[in-house]
Amino acid sequence: MKRFSWFNATALTLGFAFLYLPMVILMIYSFNESKLVTVWAGFSTKWYGELIQNEAFLNAAWVTIKVAVFSSTIATILGTMAAYVLVRANRFKGRTLFSGMIYAPLVMPEVITGLSLLLLFIGIGLDRGVLTIVLAHTTFAMCYVSVVVSSRLVSFDRSLEEAALDLGCSPWQAFRLVTLPIIAPAVISGWLLAFTLSLDDLVIASFTAGPSATTLPIKIFSAVRLGVSPEINALSTIMIAIVTIGVIGASLISKQASLKQQRDEQAAARG
Amino acid sequence: MAQETLFEPWNDPNESPLIQFKNVTKKFGDFTAIDDLTQDIYAKEFFALLGPSGCGKTTMMRMLGGFETPTSGTIQIAGQDMNNVPPNKRAVNMMFQSYALFPHLSIYENIAFGLRRTDMAKGAIDARVNEMLKLTRLEKFAQRKPHQISGGQRQRVALARSLAKAPKLLLLDEPLGALDKKLRQDTQFELMDIQEKTGTTFVIVTHDQEEAMTVASRVAVMDEGRIIQVATPDVIYEAPNTTYVADFIGDVNLIKGTVELRVSSAPVNDPEPGAVAENIVDETPSPQPNKLGEWIHDKLLSPIIGERIEPIKRLPPPSTAELAASQEKMQTAQDGGLLLNWSDKNPTIIVSNGDETKDGATLTFAIRPEKLNISKTKPDAPNALQGKVIDIAYLGNVSTYYVELIGGQMIKAQMANARRLARRDITWEDDVWVSFTDTAGVLLER
Repeated sequence: MKRFSWFNATALTLGFAFLYLPMVILMIYSFNESKLVTVWAGFSTKWYGELIQNEAFLNAAWVTIKVAVFSSTIATILGTMAAYVLVRANRFKGRTLFSGMIYAPLVMPEVITGLSLLLLFIGIGLDRGVLTIVLAHTTFAMCYVSVVVSSRLVSFDRSLEEAALDLGCSPWQAFRLVTLPIIAPAVISGWLLAFTLSLDDLVIASFTAGPSATTLPIKIFSAVRLGVSPEINALSTIMIAIVTIGVIGASLISKQASLKQQRDEQAAARG
Repeated sequence: MAQETLFEPWNDPNESPLIQFKNVTKKFGDFTAIDDLTQDIYAKEFFALLGPSGCGKTTMMRMLGGFETPTSGTIQIAGQDMNNVPPNKRAVNMMFQSYALFPHLSIYENIAFGLRRTDMAKGAIDARVNEMLKLTRLEKFAQRKPHQISGGQRQRVALARSLAKAPKLLLLDEPLGALDKKLRQDTQFELMDIQEKTGTTFVIVTHDQEEAMTVASRVAVMDEGRIIQVATPDVIYEAPNTTYVADFIGDVNLIKGTVELRVSSAPVNDPEPGAVAENIVDETPSPQPNKLGEWIHDKLLSPIIGERIEPIKRLPPPSTAELAASQEKMQTAQDGGLLLNWSDKNPTIIVSNGDETKDGATLTFAIRPEKLNISKTKPDAPNALQGKVIDIAYLGNVSTYYVELIGGQMIKAQMANARRLARRDITWEDDVWVSFTDTAGVLLER
């Protein structure tokens, strides 16, 4: 049997074309000389140059990065804590309910999450700005982190922690010196996931952002309504690059960790 | 030998125990893992908890380590109530079944881990770790990570790490479970050696009875959250208190019957042995080819009809002197004791070490297979039962004969293959006599 038949090749091409053709076109046109988006007039990087001088975009980019860093960091801490408790605490009432509730926001429509957060912020009189976006992004990114971390914790040998306690560690020391270094790859990939999610979120950010703070996706969305400019193409290309790096990084780290675990297990099996 | 004082703190009323379980019960929901258990363990003991999985032995150990708290009752270590003391505040260390080595730390750092949690000086830690590495012969591997060493080495790292803090009590949870048999035996002796050198009290959990018998000063046989018997390995083996213990430790034949008082030197009821038909095996060998026949075959016929099948080379039959030597002389029965009625077709069993107050009770007679002798002629022994060999398991050092007694009771007899020639005349379907002395077995109530 041929490993690469015509059918396979066609299916693969079609599938990937469907997924990536729009992005490729966007990237190509970001290097277009012409101001008209649909007419190719030669290669140029001038839109990237203009982008750098566009203060509104740069401000929005700065806000976005700030929000992404803060929210993903807080989400990682909270998500790891939640995962730890839900995996570790063996018996307490309503455990199943709690773990279900952790995962529920994953499937919740973003519009509803955004709207509920907006109502909450108005209710408690919190001015919308960078802080509110950070809080909102933390809320939904935390679920993703806790899913990633808890899947690692499930396969974590609990006797390692007991051994640490047995050797004189306080529970916090045991977590810091033994558990955390071992689950670190999962925590880091959780952070990267949260970071990229925050970076490209539009719906929740548009509910919780105020006039003082606009994130890049919001800026692009509003700019496009006035007509697509090659500048937007350039900006989108940069964002695609950042997100791609983030996703590839996260998957590489978790793949490396699982490979290492596999190697260790094989070494153990060989005895 | 006589001068050497025996290590028996449990028989010394002046000795105070290191560990005391006092009416300890542990429940997990509806499941009772430990059921009202009271037990003393003394300093410098090598105490083995033995039992099938789910008997509560691991729970007992985890309570000593502080990983579980008793539902009721108290556990004291050196007179101190330990119920509310967390694991990190106990002078107890544990060697985990999975070894639980920290994968992100080197062997050196694994062993130093416990010491670094104390306010010990850096130099002192280094000296102690090196001492431990030397004790467990791991000096060469100090800088390796746990996944870069073999299973046996990992087991030694786990031992070194748990001994590094010089605990009063070391708990070993199935420490040798992951090792192959040969390595396990070597490590058992190593463990005993280290226990003697360091003078630490060891409590070991195992389901392997051989391991418990080898290493332990005392063995506690557990079942369903209770300790059934605590004794030295030889007492556990030779004088089990229940059929459960007898059956769990080693191989045993169990015969149920009612006992009656034995009138001294009364002739034993002995039915005629006519029940078993004479079974004469045709001993004449099949005809063998002579020199000419072999030559014709090898030169002419072998390409056509194939290789000649050589007759199986058997050892020459034993001489009468050898046979006589293999027949062990048995003393005649002592007076007193009990008689066990267990079958209409078989003679009663004389148990002269039986408790005479049990007259009339229904008891189980337990006898180890190696205490039985097997012969083709009626031996001169206090107890001799007739049967037929159903199966023989040749294990090298010993052979186990599965004998069906008259009436269908199966019995296992084990004979040491002390001489290369001994007893090879007994084979399948042979009618044999199974004999044993009047004190070889014990009578058990349950």
